[in-house]
Amino acid sequence: MSDHAEVLDTSTGLDSRKLAIWTFIGSECMFFASLISNYLVHKEQWMSGPGPFPHEAWTDPATGKVLEPIIEVPLVTVGTALLLFSSLFIVLALYGAQRGRRGMMLGWLGATIVCGLFFVGMQVYEFTHFVHKGLTLQRNLFGASFFTLTGFHGTHVTIGVIWLITMFILALRGQLTPERSLKLEMAALYWHFVDVVWIIIFPVVYLIK
Amino acid sequence: MAHAAAHEEHEAGHPTPGTYAKIGLFLFVLTALEVGLYEITYGEHAGEFGHQIMPFFIPLLLGLSAVKFALVAMFYMHLKQDHRLFSGVFVFPLIIATIVILSLVVLMAYHWAFATGG
Repeated sequence: MSDHAEVLDTSTGLDSRKLAIWTFIGSECMFFASLISNYLVHKEQWMSGPGPFPHEAWTDPATGKVLEPIIEVPLVTVGTALLLFSSLFIVLALYGAQRGRRGMMLGWLGATIVCGLFFVGMQVYEFTHFVHKGLTLQRNLFGASFFTLTGFHGTHVTIGVIWLITMFILALRGQLTPERSLKLEMAALYWHFVDVVWIIIFPVVYLIK
Repeated sequence: MAHAAAHEEHEAGHPTPGTYAKIGLFLFVLTALEVGLYEITYGEHAGEFGHQIMPFFIPLLLGLSAVKFALVAMFYMHLKQDHRLFSGVFVFPLIIATIVILSLVVLMAYHWAFATGG
């Protein structure tokens, strides 16, 4: 049965599944707003624990101990670029899916998944590096709010990658026809949302001191 | 027939792969600008110019982010072409989210100022 056959008459005249994903994205905006607020409120509270300082070296006046910066802007810039390009790739995959261009869809969908995996890998490396430097979830308020914000975003990216992999498998099986491309459109909307959240997180967390 | 006409109308409103690529390139340039701005203001190569633009650093970064956000939402998420209800469902919570962030930051800034006697 095609998706067209499953579409019901709705009071809005719009597909309820698409309206549902937009409503979900709207609720996610408020979820991430709470996490970003939490980070902004607590970002200066790194001194409530024994360091480390997030952006630049700092000498503790009491002990004379120099605390090294732990934020690595170049690494995260690469991750940001990958996520931005993945948004371009998924929209091209959707373009192919809606027009029955299977090769185009599979190619760009594969590229999107690779970018997503690299981003998750970057974040795993970054978190490991931070823990080795002494910044943990329990260390101070900065650590707690930083890991909560970026961790939840990373979880969203991971879920997005899993969703895209299932789309890729559907496409390989020939089940992502132009009539059923809404499935990919919903996954793409979620993926773009994950991207726009990072567009805010990147300057707020990594560039603004 | 009506379906085909509607499809053509739908097609006419949607960007082409070329437009998507141009937007992607523009987004990349804006990200490079953000990082460049950070480097000349706080990075190893920060100089006199960086010191001068320091007061504008945060507004500039937030402005660039807002442009990137709008471009992705309008073109990649197709809000520019899609039904306005989708825009409403997205933008209304976004406004609430922005108000929540601003309110909490202002509220806590006052709190810390009083807590530290500033």
